Amino acid sequence: MPMGAPTSAANGITRRHFYVGAIYAIWAVVTAALGAPALMYLFFPPKIRQRQEWTQAGSVSNLALDVPVEVAFRQNRIDGWKIISEKSTAWVLKHADNTVVAFGPQCTHLGCAYHWDEGKHEFLCPCHNSIFAPDGKVISGPARRPLDRYDVRIDGNKLFLGRLRQEQA
Amino acid sequence: MRQRWNRINAWLDHRTGIHKAVRQFLYEEIPASSGWHQVFGSVAVFLFLTQAFTGVLLAFNYAPTPGDAYNSLRYILTELTGGRLIRGLHHWGASMMIVVVVLHMVQVFLYGAYKKPREATWMVGVVLLLVTLAYGLTGYLLPWDNRAYWGTVVATQIAGQAPLVGSYLTRLLGGSGPVGVVTFARFYGLHVLLLPPATLLLIALHVFLVRKHGVAPAPGDEVLPRRQFYPAQVFKDTVAIFAAFAVLFTMAVAVRVPLEQLADPTDTSYVPRPEWYFLFLFQILKQFSGPLEVVGSAILPGAAIVALLAVPFLDRGRVLRVTRRTAAIGVVVLAAIGWTGLTVAAVRSTPPEANAAQVDYSAPTDWIQLSPEELAGVAYFRQENCVSCHAMGERGASIGPDLTRITIHRDAAWMIEHFKRPSAMRPGSSMPPIQLSDSQLNALAAFLLKLNPDNGSALDNTPAFAADGAQVYQANHCAGCHKINGVGMTVGPPLNGLAKRQTRSWVVEHFADPEKLSPGSIMPPYRFSQKDLDNLTAYLFSLPE
Repeated sequence: MPMGAPTSAANGITRRHFYVGAIYAIWAVVTAALGAPALMYLFFPPKIRQRQEWTQAGSVSNLALDVPVEVAFRQNRIDGWKIISEKSTAWVLKHADNTVVAFGPQCTHLGCAYHWDEGKHEFLCPCHNSIFAPDGKVISGPARRPLDRYDVRIDGNKLFLGRLRQEQA
Repeated sequence: MRQRWNRINAWLDHRTGIHKAVRQFLYEEIPASSGWHQVFGSVAVFLFLTQAFTGVLLAFNYAPTPGDAYNSLRYILTELTGGRLIRGLHHWGASMMIVVVVLHMVQVFLYGAYKKPREATWMVGVVLLLVTLAYGLTGYLLPWDNRAYWGTVVATQIAGQAPLVGSYLTRLLGGSGPVGVVTFARFYGLHVLLLPPATLLLIALHVFLVRKHGVAPAPGDEVLPRRQFYPAQVFKDTVAIFAAFAVLFTMAVAVRVPLEQLADPTDTSYVPRPEWYFLFLFQILKQFSGPLEVVGSAILPGAAIVALLAVPFLDRGRVLRVTRRTAAIGVVVLAAIGWTGLTVAAVRSTPPEANAAQVDYSAPTDWIQLSPEELAGVAYFRQENCVSCHAMGERGASIGPDLTRITIHRDAAWMIEHFKRPSAMRPGSSMPPIQLSDSQLNALAAFLLKLNPDNGSALDNTPAFAADGAQVYQANHCAGCHKINGVGMTVGPPLNGLAKRQTRSWVVEHFADPEKLSPGSIMPPYRFSQKDLDNLTAYLFSLPE
């Protein structure tokens, strides 16, 4: 008790203040200790170790020069705690110097499947008429980004596709 | 600002009556004798709410079907930030909940607070205790690892033995035969759909009854002025809650909850063990055999529950001071001694196999695919403390080059020469020569050649027993006859999956005298130090199939 003890009523009030203060402080600590990990658990992305997986997608010699071909292949995708094997496609284009470019099959506007217009020598999306050049750049239409590209590796005559990456405009 | 706040407050109170409700709740009058001994009920409610909170978080990333359950829990533990903490809180919170609920019950029992008119409060409390145990029983299966699976096999068998209702219980819990998808769905449904609302209702009823009859007074309270619940008693409850939470949080951070391998119904070597709070029941069961087994599995536990429910009707005397309730104190002491004795007996009778260093699948297990030579390399890598100079991907110091990328440029011969005379192979290198034998350097080089930026984590995840065990394996040239992970000869049997074929004691005995256990074997006897023997057998038993 402090020196020059106050009346017992005043003493009761300081003790009451202490009780109330301690109750609020403790509940604040407990809430923070439970809430912070919960927020991290819900909002931080999973620590999936990104592994470059290469999937074989046909052979290079089968590709026509400078004409895009739609190639279908099976690819593994990590979905939460599952690894899903799913069918994917790519528009593959071989150049004269034997380099290969592979575009993702979806229009960068709203995700429709686009196709190759043989006559005009360009990619056309039927949904909103986005048009892309053979190098993936936007020629016209509502799309803002060039076509997405797969990582490409060539091993002898075999064509391997890796992760799909966004190209910035 | 303040005025607007007051207006909102007044509106809220007028429409809902919340102020009056809170005031009635907080300013309830309690006897003068109330104090620290009455905090356990509040702590139990707090723990229940924490379990509900962490349980919901786990459910957000959990797939409630057998195979996926295991994978999704592994995902929570290895891929999600804070996942291990949340699971730790839920796991240890369950144990803590049992402890606190029992302490609450012991306090009420010692003080005789169940006496007239509080019999119903006590009986609802007993039901709440049973509900708490039911959470433990149903939650135990949900990780779907070996421990969960085999523990539940035993539990459902026991339920099936109950007199009269046994066959109905079996059907209710998913049918006879092996524990499978139906039992899993039933347990999950009980654990997350039926039990939580039942608990809430029972707690509401329990608290309502406490409020209806008031907190039980002690002799002498009638002449003392009554006090208010808030803030003095609320402060005591809050401090107790904080103490419980501090212990829980520390355990969740410090004590790792392992995940065993995926449930394997064909694993005949597994020795199931229930959770610690059920061990005494498990031990009682062992005292009875044959037709008497039902006494231990159903009759005794059933009688105990009936006795607990009947306590207020058996003891109808006047309320006495707690210090004069010698009979009650005697009952508690006897129960504590009996429980401790049975639990200790159960722990001591646990064969070492059940506690053997198993692989903890709650961490990445990329090390499990390494060959024994590469694993031994991990041991030398740690022994020589290579990370004090070299980077491993994003970790480690950067005095020397990043070892996860070095193999692109170097071969084994270069590495071994470099280990022996660093500056000869790399003029100007400040790396000291490594003092190891040629075969040890081979192992180190083998591991480094295997390293790449993706599997560098295998280095951190390798348990000490595996690295040390692989060292013993290499030093004794076991690969000259045996094959592990596709490396080695096939003179003797391959060692992958050994855990499924033999017990640990068999393997230990076999090292000492192979001829005796497998007649005709040309394997020479080995005399290892106890430490080497433990590490080697633990390593061999951790091998995948």
